Amino acid sequence: MITIIKKMIGGVPVPDKKELSEKAPVEFAGIPDELVLFMSHHIGAPAVPLVKPKDTVKRGQLIAEPQGLVSAALHAPTSGVVKAIEPRFHPVLACMSEAIVIKPDGKHEPVEGLAPKASHLDSLSAEQIRAIAREAGIVGLGGACFPTSAKITPPEDKHLDTYLLNGSECEPYLTADHRVMLEEAEKVIFGFKALMKASGVSRGIVCIEDNKPDAIEAMKQAMSGYDGLELAVLTTRYPRGGEKQLTQAVLGREVPPPPGLPYDVGVLVSNVGTAYALAEAILTGLPLVERVVTVTGEGVAKPSNFKALIGTPVSYLIEKAGGFAGTPGKVIMGGPMMGCALKSLDVPVLKGTTGILVLTKEQAVQEPILPCIKCGKCIDACPLGLQPLWISAYAERGFIEEAESFRAMDCMECGCCAYICPAKRPLVQLIKMAKAEISSRRKARR
Amino acid sequence: MGDRLLVTPPPHVKSAKTVQGIMLDVVIALCPAAIAGIVLFGFRAALIILASVVSAVASEAIYQRAVKKQVTINDFSAVITGLLLALTLPPNVPVWIPVIGAAFAIVVVKQLFGGLGNNFLNPALAARAFLLAAWPLHMTQDWVNPMSYDAATSATPLAGFNATGQTALTFKEMLLGQRLGSIGETCILALLLGGIYLLARDVIDYRTPLGYLGTLAVGTWIFGKPGELFQGNPLSAIFLGGAFIGAFFMATDYVTSPVTPRGRLYMGIGCGLITLVIRLWGGYPEGVTYAILFMNLVTPLIDKYVVPRYYGSGHDKMARKGGGR
Repeated sequence: MITIIKKMIGGVPVPDKKELSEKAPVEFAGIPDELVLFMSHHIGAPAVPLVKPKDTVKRGQLIAEPQGLVSAALHAPTSGVVKAIEPRFHPVLACMSEAIVIKPDGKHEPVEGLAPKASHLDSLSAEQIRAIAREAGIVGLGGACFPTSAKITPPEDKHLDTYLLNGSECEPYLTADHRVMLEEAEKVIFGFKALMKASGVSRGIVCIEDNKPDAIEAMKQAMSGYDGLELAVLTTRYPRGGEKQLTQAVLGREVPPPPGLPYDVGVLVSNVGTAYALAEAILTGLPLVERVVTVTGEGVAKPSNFKALIGTPVSYLIEKAGGFAGTPGKVIMGGPMMGCALKSLDVPVLKGTTGILVLTKEQAVQEPILPCIKCGKCIDACPLGLQPLWISAYAERGFIEEAESFRAMDCMECGCCAYICPAKRPLVQLIKMAKAEISSRRKARR
Repeated sequence: MGDRLLVTPPPHVKSAKTVQGIMLDVVIALCPAAIAGIVLFGFRAALIILASVVSAVASEAIYQRAVKKQVTINDFSAVITGLLLALTLPPNVPVWIPVIGAAFAIVVVKQLFGGLGNNFLNPALAARAFLLAAWPLHMTQDWVNPMSYDAATSATPLAGFNATGQTALTFKEMLLGQRLGSIGETCILALLLGGIYLLARDVIDYRTPLGYLGTLAVGTWIFGKPGELFQGNPLSAIFLGGAFIGAFFMATDYVTSPVTPRGRLYMGIGCGLITLVIRLWGGYPEGVTYAILFMNLVTPLIDKYVVPRYYGSGHDKMARKGGGR
């Protein structure tokens, strides 16, 4: 069954720029001179190292184990020697964070016992699939990095009925999910069925934006052999693929405000990359040690889609993509709407790194910030029905309680308001500031 | 080379919309009405427009320099204020009227309250109200006959229309603006052209003019003919006087009107109701200026109570009712 979905609350029409890299097949990026693997890739408790400096490691070997349910294991992406365990700069947390540094030996030797877990889902129970996801260190690859084994083990009291596979990839420029769906549709669907089986959900809906017709076709083909799968084709509009937006558009259900999650309305949402990683873990036994990363933007010579080892330096990937085209102005980890700007290229690819975007000097301009003229365009653009102009105005003046009463905590920081703002006000940054202050006050009260 | 990378918070791409671009769009949209005013009322109208715009821009520059603020005349907002004020003035007023009016609009109404984005009244209209109070004869008698360019001091057609519910003007005359009136208010065709441009460029929300003109038309249809109900002439009501320019160019001013779509509809309806009341039962022939100024004052209240529906609010309502999942 195919549904075409057009409606959406708010959002902005951002030029998608997918044409730069969408035709580039996924290539293995190669083995760099150094891999940096953070203990904190995911939401939740950091992993704990199991190796010491000078230990030799093999591809797929467990090098750090998870702490508690909401945590993820970490494996060596290639064979080599542990050079150090030391704090390195974490590009997303923006602070020094403990990491295992591996010096590859170039042999790419797999660890012993790396073998397929099963060739068919019938031979695996739900518990076994969850165990595989946990052992393979799989986290949500859409960027949030929530440990997948925790997601597919929802609390007993939640009744789940639908699983959404998120292939919308609404962030402009990025094409990693697009290429995965196009090239590995069979495996993605296999992984999706595994996610559904593990969480006990019988209805699965594959959600793709209509700017990827070839991926839609490939996924449709791959789905044909399975029962209980539907396809939802959505019009292209940012932030179509936000899990709240997807749940609302596809199922007509609204997720409760934070800390509400889709499972509160019986829904789970996973990224196509996550399904693919789980399929790999089941079909080949390989844990999550590599992922597809789009290296793109007007500032890079040959926009590409790479299969990169986790921990590969950003500078290495840009080099592999033909280096810079002209003078780079800004390098972003992730997409242009929610990604974070890097101050140094000497940082590694994380499990949640969807892409590296290089903007040219001309594109990376800081426009002057003008006073708010109350045009209300941020309100029209907000997919959550918030009023960014008031929240940010209160945040700017330190009226934190007022910012909270205007539902600052609901904000998912999608960036639509700041994108559309004609006065170029840093709305998201101000709202984030308010959120941080509200959180710390709530903690202090407790 | 890493140290030369720009590091700013997301989003890293922005829309092409700018404050300057929006203001320029409004200036462009006002051009047809200004040109029509000059064609209809002659050289005099051009002089008034020029004096008003120059005074507005100069006042902004001089004030900002005097208080050592950044001079922001290149954002075109002062040009709009000057232009709007001029278009609401009778064509034959002395030149010092727009000069004083525009300076009052910029310095007293706009800059003293914090400049662009912070004024709570529409500067052009507040200045017009000030001029009306200070020099009432100039503001109500300095008319010019269209195309013949003779001075005229008789009442505008609106006064007669309000009293009788009828007008001798033909539809074509009203559309082309061949009547006594302020420089930019008479030519409905030119105003409509500008209004459509603003709607097409997504500068204004259709709800405000629709609410304003719709309310005024329906209200006039019901109450417009003295002694009889449902016999009024709705089309003449929105074509005569300043309702058209007010609905498209003044009630839609971002800074002084509500920020939500629903709020903007209420702004329009409120303006329409007050205009209707002043015209039919008030002491002035025209109520557009005061209607919009009053609704400017109500805007913060509208913004407080008319808020968008937030995502997931259904769950909160259920929780309050003691329901919930």
